[in-house]
Amino acid sequence: MTAPLVSVRDLGVAYAGGREARARQALHGVDLDIAAGERLAVIGESGSGKSTLALAIAGLLPGTAGVAGSIQWFGNREGQRSPPSVLPDISPSRGEISQSPASKPLISPLEGEMSGRTEGGEERPSKDTRTARPGRDIGFVFQDPAASLDPVLSVGEQVAEVARAHFGLDWTHAYARAADLLGRVRLPDPRGALRAFPHQLSGGQKQRVAIAAAIAARPKLLIADEATSALDAIVQAEIVALLRRLTEEDGMTLLFVSHDIALAAGLADRIAVFRGGGMVELGSVAQVIEAPRHAYTRALLDAHIGLDAVPLVATGQAR
Amino acid sequence: MSGPLLSVAGLSKRFDRAGGTVMAVDGVSFAMEPGETLALAGPSGSGKSTVARLVTRLVEPDAGAVSFEGQDWLALRGAALRARRARLQMVFQDPLAAFNPRATVARVLDDPLRIHGIVARSERPRRIAALLERVGLEASLAGRAIHEISGGQRQRVAIARAIATKPSLIVLDEAVSALDVSVRAKIVELLLDLQREEKIAYLFIGHDLGLMRVAAHRLIILDGGRIAEQGDALAVIDAPQSAIGKALVAAAPRFFRTDREAS
Repeated sequence: MTAPLVSVRDLGVAYAGGREARARQALHGVDLDIAAGERLAVIGESGSGKSTLALAIAGLLPGTAGVAGSIQWFGNREGQRSPPSVLPDISPSRGEISQSPASKPLISPLEGEMSGRTEGGEERPSKDTRTARPGRDIGFVFQDPAASLDPVLSVGEQVAEVARAHFGLDWTHAYARAADLLGRVRLPDPRGALRAFPHQLSGGQKQRVAIAAAIAARPKLLIADEATSALDAIVQAEIVALLRRLTEEDGMTLLFVSHDIALAAGLADRIAVFRGGGMVELGSVAQVIEAPRHAYTRALLDAHIGLDAVPLVATGQAR
Repeated sequence: MSGPLLSVAGLSKRFDRAGGTVMAVDGVSFAMEPGETLALAGPSGSGKSTVARLVTRLVEPDAGAVSFEGQDWLALRGAALRARRARLQMVFQDPLAAFNPRATVARVLDDPLRIHGIVARSERPRRIAALLERVGLEASLAGRAIHEISGGQRQRVAIARAIATKPSLIVLDEAVSALDVSVRAKIVELLLDLQREEKIAYLFIGHDLGLMRVAAHRLIILDGGRIAEQGDALAVIDAPQSAIGKALVAAAPRFFRTDREAS
């Protein structure tokens, strides 16, 4: 395997409980290397910790989450001598575009929960090369594009804002870049779409815009967290094909988080199976699908009802 | 009973949206036999959930006729409609949204028994325990609040509530779509058991063609509010004839597919 882009070691994440509740351990003891250029699917059911892993790698965990272990980023190889890092302590924030990075205050956890697409200021070298810059090194696509896009900003402004923030482009050039990006995600009439607002687009079109914004800073890693789950099957297949094309064209690494093992198998090179906050199996798609090592993986495969499954009811004349 | 259980003719519903009128359902006709599962599939906006809402009269149609158990279903009003609703129940995708989350399981199951006068007050606790057992839940769950139990348990409670009034038809509107696969398989098993034993018919709205292929008798594929294709579920999915049917089948996730982007 090629050198890792991200190296996760003994990662544990606990979410703070409510007033009287105890903290909830969402992830424990996760060791995982993500190879540069690979498509890695993380699959699991609800409560498996798959989304927590995605948020942790992207630096998008709420500030109240307790984190153990390390996540190292090898995407910026120029400065090798930096000390091993813990999680990135810089969360992205929106609406602070005009603020200079130097004066940037510590970020509130609430802002950090909102979006991985943008961060304040012009492009700057990371102080710590082993820490990814959210939004710049890592793009993030969420499940619900209606919630991740700002309803009162035009599509063009939201995508251009990312290019402006990370590359220091002026608005004219940032808009031109946004139009290019909307074309790359195959939005019909990209130039016209610049002026559209999210509510004027279908769910699939909105997700294309969210993907355009996520890749606008040319991230090395794109994380898609259930990014196709809210879409109908036809649109889902289109978005999966789009993610495959974009990662192939750009040599981008993809972390594809899904509950659907069949969907993941069709897109990924490797599959990591999560359950109850731990990784139970990691292997190539062929190995995990054809020779699962863990009983839970086998149970997941058995529960999948494919188009070749044996009917449970008699159809036709037998009724 | 002679004749179909449910018969729908020329059902239409338009919604006024910004930028014009949308024909959500446009002249849909079909019939269902007792004890049969009819699946409704289609892309987003095809009208499948609107059909579910029209059949259950959560929304009134602009045109068309619906007959249920031999009666003019759309002509029923007030007390007569409420009484007949016992026979036509609905299970939604998200039971947490469908029920008061703070209500206890017992309360959720007591409501239909009381409202429809199914059993005497003194008998209700025993009936609630029996209903819970019927859907594979412990009777001790009765005292728990809806928000405290798992998603799979909640959907079992929703099914228990639906069967409490002895319906002949249950509309399942994406009722298993949000469940984890392992939970979904068990809920489907439960639904099929109930169908065999009680001869309940299901109008099954969803998007999982794999599940429809194995669990439904017949399938209607909707597109733009109209029926694009219908027939035996297995036959339609194995050899779709309409363009939208072919697209839906091609898009169903499968292992090792080599999907290509439509250009």
